[in-house]
Amino acid sequence: MLTPSLAQRDPAAFPRLLTLVLALALLWPGLSLSELDLSVLFDGSNAGTMAVFLSSFWPPEHSGEFLALLLQATLETLAIATAGMALALAVALPCALMATRALSISALTRGGRPAWWSWALRWPVRGLLIVLRSVPEIVWALLFVRAVGLGPTAGVLAIAITYAGMLGKVYAEIFESVDPLPARALLSAGASRLQAFFYGVLPQATSEMLSYSVYRWECAIRASVVMGFVGAGGLGQQMDLSMRMFAGGEVASMLLTFLLLVLLADLLSRLLRWRFA
Amino acid sequence: MSVLAAASESDRRAPDSTLAFSLSGVGHTHASGQVALQGINIEAVEGERIAIIGPSGAGKTTLLRLLSTGLKPDAGRISLLDEQPWEESRFALRKLRARIGLVHQAPPLPARQRVITAVLAGRLGQWSLPKSLLSLLYPLDPNGAADALARLDLADKLYARCDQLSGGQLQRVGIARMLYQQPNLILADEPVSAMDPVLAAHTLGLLNQEAQRRNATLVASLHAVDLALAHFPRIIGLRDGRILFDKPAEALRPEELAALYANEQLEQRPAASSATQALNLPRC
Repeated sequence: MLTPSLAQRDPAAFPRLLTLVLALALLWPGLSLSELDLSVLFDGSNAGTMAVFLSSFWPPEHSGEFLALLLQATLETLAIATAGMALALAVALPCALMATRALSISALTRGGRPAWWSWALRWPVRGLLIVLRSVPEIVWALLFVRAVGLGPTAGVLAIAITYAGMLGKVYAEIFESVDPLPARALLSAGASRLQAFFYGVLPQATSEMLSYSVYRWECAIRASVVMGFVGAGGLGQQMDLSMRMFAGGEVASMLLTFLLLVLLADLLSRLLRWRFA
Repeated sequence: MSVLAAASESDRRAPDSTLAFSLSGVGHTHASGQVALQGINIEAVEGERIAIIGPSGAGKTTLLRLLSTGLKPDAGRISLLDEQPWEESRFALRKLRARIGLVHQAPPLPARQRVITAVLAGRLGQWSLPKSLLSLLYPLDPNGAADALARLDLADKLYARCDQLSGGQLQRVGIARMLYQQPNLILADEPVSAMDPVLAAHTLGLLNQEAQRRNATLVASLHAVDLALAHFPRIIGLRDGRILFDKPAEALRPEELAALYANEQLEQRPAASSATQALNLPRC
């Protein structure tokens, strides 16, 4: 029985304090190692240079010729991001199904803990996903620009590879985070793993998967822009040209286009979640 | 398990009847080291209807999970529907599992799934993958699901989502899934715990009627002793992981029931304020 003095003390208080102190202790060396120094922003000549560049942003470029170019580049960026995501999904879904512990049959009779050999079989897939996502997409893009030449193909392949790794890992974890009992009940009533996945796991995971996928699509749009700077086509390539020519108005128009694209992704995510949640 | 119980069981068995399942010397210990069941011997012939009663923590759920191949016994031998589940190939085990239907106390149904899908999922063990995927897009057997639900007075909920139902309605959806599965061995873990008395009696009657109609074997764990005695011909009393009695309902004496639920700790401390001790509270 709890004594009153014991009830007064929250047993979780000390571990929490310890975690906070530890987090701060880890953050400090991080700040000093990265040589973060905000004062350079307000240094006289630096601030002047930035001000000149920023002042050229207004008014945004809006001539018909440029807008046509911008539209084409935007469509190309969207196409790179979407094609890259589609390829990534095709790789990520099977990998996630193989990597997840949620559909383990050996875990069925062992209280949710898979047998050692089932761990051993999952590790190669997890390893593959780690390799895929540990190399940044910009590195893949540089590699593919050399292999397949300048243009959107390099961007699509780079996004497909990196994002397959990320999506696969996160999907596998989403499958593990949902309530495992429905799938287990189906498996122990004779359903196969894929049947148990579609009837027991997927209904619970859809909304989270959708929202993460659309967010990743948004990231893919940004990534395809960055890769444009190394010659992988789309808005990024245009922006690189405009920045080199110090055409601030054009840069401003493109940044506004980004804003619209992200807004679009946000709306899409909300629409899909509303429909499937 | 006494010699008496074994004898009474063989009396009831017709000469040409086949065994639905048999447990001999079965024991199970939880991962925590707690002994859940030990020395369990039960034989049941096809078409028998058995209620398992006993105080909370006696091992009723563990016994049902052993019978549903959801747990592997640490000791003893289990044979289900003429097969040895733990000596079979994985494919054969899957086929065996499709013939066993377990009704869960809290049916594990995804909140966003529709009732019709949840019921149709009962036959996944018999359906091919393409057929089950197709049925996910467009329900292939709405009449079958509606029939199963209608027997539980839930036909109007066919296209409702599972998170719109109450606990008792969900329990009935779980039973409807089992009815649609048409298993040879029906297992039910507290199938009526969230229902009102009238509905509980109706549902237990339905389970018994279904078992009789298809000559399936029914094993249900129950907290309500009166319901068990009213609906089931054979009663098994479990206490502390052992079988206390196993006999026909009409042969059961009140003293035996009192012994099954006797609780020394509660009797000695009527206030029962101890939070540090594991209590065995009878809930009947």
